[in-house]
Amino acid sequence: MSETQLIFQLSHPGRSATSQAPKALAEDQLSAIPAHLRRQQKPALPEVSEMQVVRHYTNLSSKNFAIDKQFYPLGSCTMKYNPRGANRAAMLPGFLNRHPLAPESHSQGFLSCMFELQNFLREVTGMKGVSLAPMAGAQGEFAGVAMIRAYHEARGDDARTEILIPEAAHGTNPATAVMCGYKVREVPVGKDGDVDLGALKQACGPQTAGLMMTNPSTCGVFERQIEAIAKTVHEAGGLLYYDGANLNAILGKVRPGDMGFDVIHMNLHKTFATPHGGGGPGAGPVGVSERLLPYLPTPMAGQRDDGSYHWVDTDTLSTSIGHLSAFMGNAGVLLRAYYYARSLGREGMIRVGEYSTLAANYLLKRLEAVGCTAAYPERRASHEFILTFAREARELGVSAMDIAKRLLDYNQHAPTTYFPLLVPECFLIEPTETESKEALDEFVDAMAAILEEARTEPDMVKEAPFTQPVRRLDDVKAARELDLTWTD
Amino acid sequence: MPYIPHTPDDVRAMLDAIGADSIEDLFDEIPAHLKAAGKLDALPEGLSEMDVTRLMNERAAQDAGVVSFIGAGAYQHHIPAAVWEIATRGEFYTAYTPYQAEASQGTLQVIYEFQTLMSRLTAMDVSNASVYDGASGLAEAVLMSLRANRKSKSRKVLVPAALNPRYTAATQAIVENQDVALETVPFCQQSGQTLVEALAHHEGEDYAALVISQPNFFGSLEEVNALTDWAHANGMLVIAVVNPTALALLTPPGEWGADGADIVVGEGQPLGVPLSSGGPYFGFMCCKQKHVRQMPGRIIGRTVDMEGKQGFTLTLQAREQHIRRSKATSNICTNQGLAMTAATIYTSLLGPEGLTNVAAHCHANTQALAAKLTALDGVERAFSAPTFHEVVLTLPKPAGEVLAALAEKDVLGGVSLAKDYNMDNAILVNATEVHSEGDLDLFAAALKEVLA
Repeated sequence: MSETQLIFQLSHPGRSATSQAPKALAEDQLSAIPAHLRRQQKPALPEVSEMQVVRHYTNLSSKNFAIDKQFYPLGSCTMKYNPRGANRAAMLPGFLNRHPLAPESHSQGFLSCMFELQNFLREVTGMKGVSLAPMAGAQGEFAGVAMIRAYHEARGDDARTEILIPEAAHGTNPATAVMCGYKVREVPVGKDGDVDLGALKQACGPQTAGLMMTNPSTCGVFERQIEAIAKTVHEAGGLLYYDGANLNAILGKVRPGDMGFDVIHMNLHKTFATPHGGGGPGAGPVGVSERLLPYLPTPMAGQRDDGSYHWVDTDTLSTSIGHLSAFMGNAGVLLRAYYYARSLGREGMIRVGEYSTLAANYLLKRLEAVGCTAAYPERRASHEFILTFAREARELGVSAMDIAKRLLDYNQHAPTTYFPLLVPECFLIEPTETESKEALDEFVDAMAAILEEARTEPDMVKEAPFTQPVRRLDDVKAARELDLTWTD
Repeated sequence: MPYIPHTPDDVRAMLDAIGADSIEDLFDEIPAHLKAAGKLDALPEGLSEMDVTRLMNERAAQDAGVVSFIGAGAYQHHIPAAVWEIATRGEFYTAYTPYQAEASQGTLQVIYEFQTLMSRLTAMDVSNASVYDGASGLAEAVLMSLRANRKSKSRKVLVPAALNPRYTAATQAIVENQDVALETVPFCQQSGQTLVEALAHHEGEDYAALVISQPNFFGSLEEVNALTDWAHANGMLVIAVVNPTALALLTPPGEWGADGADIVVGEGQPLGVPLSSGGPYFGFMCCKQKHVRQMPGRIIGRTVDMEGKQGFTLTLQAREQHIRRSKATSNICTNQGLAMTAATIYTSLLGPEGLTNVAAHCHANTQALAAKLTALDGVERAFSAPTFHEVVLTLPKPAGEVLAALAEKDVLGGVSLAKDYNMDNAILVNATEVHSEGDLDLFAAALKEVLA
């Protein structure tokens, strides 16, 4: 595939997509703006035709892998099918043109969807209240830990300065704890993938504000001691935080609320099939147990006795941790999640956990059969699992990164690599419930072929990929000789 | 089964390969008493695409059919058809974060072009790949200023009262957890501006930064050059909060005062993103080159591949949570990729001429609207400062009452300033290029009836 020029290289002075903007106005129409506050030169934006723009960005789109094109087994990312119907519904004119500050009298349709979505999420998680406000998983985490902090502060319990985090956790967990003003203490994970309960007991104390964990964990296994963990943290006066990154594994099967969690965030762009959009937008609603209800972020949707809907905001919920965005979060993403929830219904919701787990366990067994090494062979896979290529790296000099890059040549997106950090040379693989058996089998065939190549032509594998728009990129040059904007 | 492809034969074959009798067996590591069986009864039955679409059509239609003059941080603009037709192509819509650079060159090049566009629009050196929205972007900018201002030991930042109060509230909610204090600078009751005189008593005090909003929440244009120079003379960084449409006409923050703003943030929604009840939008964030390592969020760099061919990749990742964990610049893990892609296409389609024309029509239409409304008895401009595309009007009756009566006529006549500013009779109104002469007359006629 050829190098695509930058949009700026297509620019010619005086060219414009004239039909896309209103006509120029006479300068006297702008006389109210003082000259010293006026821009002296027009911004150097590209001067291109409508067709040039359409062709340029359509061509760029073809340089992406996407769920609509390829199997995308990224662990902890839940790359499932994104229903097209959800996109169309969220882009109905009545939704798209609604101003976020439109009065409640002109917002009943939108508010009814949000109110119902809150209820659905409450039900599937077993929590007592839900706010849809956080705009991504990391902001949901922020809201959750800020609520933990608000809870302790409201009780005058201000000696709690630490958040405990298992060492396998996502990087956002420790970063979030720090953003909320806490110190982080990591808790070791045992050889079987479960938290080291003895170490946890020692780490807990009057300084413990809470524990953040994912279940199933990022080791791809269900944390079997969850009730003992909850008891330990609660007895120390801390609260238990559920990172919903892996909620897809248990949707409809187990509820975080029933496991003893006090606060959770959900990634609707994972579990509720809203698009990842090349890195966002997401949506990270939070759910809480009874004792954290007063602190939920605003605004939320409420319902009056007469059935009409209204906003719940800080004027009525003064204990709230407040607003996390200018308005109410990523509303359009929430509408897509609402569509998905209505589309699945109760039965469909239960199937998500079941079939994502079936797919992962099947894929794991098949991959083991062709010579891959499971990190936790004695354990059931959840909706994802870990392979380690430590042996290939040691004996053949072929790393997990090399295998990941070679997969691209087989038209398979690489799994998550080198995460969690505690398993060397690893892949975290999550197939999701929406991939067919044939798609899983193709991935197994590709992996078998690559393992064979690693034995016979290791140097070739180390130079992969060969079929992509670019070969391996020089990341060191990118960081040392920073080039972040185009210069004509 | 919606979205699940497996036939009974597939399921049997998969279970056989696993060596399990049933799907339920796969959950044997979960304590039985924790299982959710029977606990989801409040969820409705699933619906077909046709039925959910019908349901959501009815809901959407309930909220349609208004003429709106609400701005206050989110603005109606014409969005060319090509923008979302391309942005929702599956190749953009269903791609993940571009961690596998070789298989994500489309997304990566779009972000690099976006960074360039935003840097040029703001006249700053660099841009990131976007943050959640303008308000949370300001919170990130405040935290960044504490890291970037090496001359200051302060954990305080000066914030104008004339800043969008929703930005102040969100920033407060986010930064207070790190013991950062926002101190308010009052605005001039006559002009509706933040004056250097109001800052005089802070001279010699240690603050990490001064926030300057251009235009400010009232639509008023601030004397940004004087404010910027004052802040720099007092050892503070300048955080600019700007509207991207306005930047086509107004001095870009990189050229404010003698040295320009240090960090620039703003709401990107006006660049091709629909109102959509408040999101997804995107916050843009630019800064001077020397502060780039303190900037949060994803950043894309241009480099070469092993054959010397141009390519794009995530860079400066040592700032980010997936590498640095508790020492990262922020916990942010996404950008608003799709909205940012739409903005890149929008800005390219409009070009310098088109964006300038949009901005000019917004300004002229708002001037025309203000003239029509202030021709009514008892309706006056609240402030004397020049404005961009919003203006505060005082009414002879309480704002809440008037707005409710207008809404009954399906005219959304702006937002009330009663709650945030104790200006009980004041409304903030906005017009953009989408408003026709007829729309402006409709508003004036409706207001006349309501005030009669």
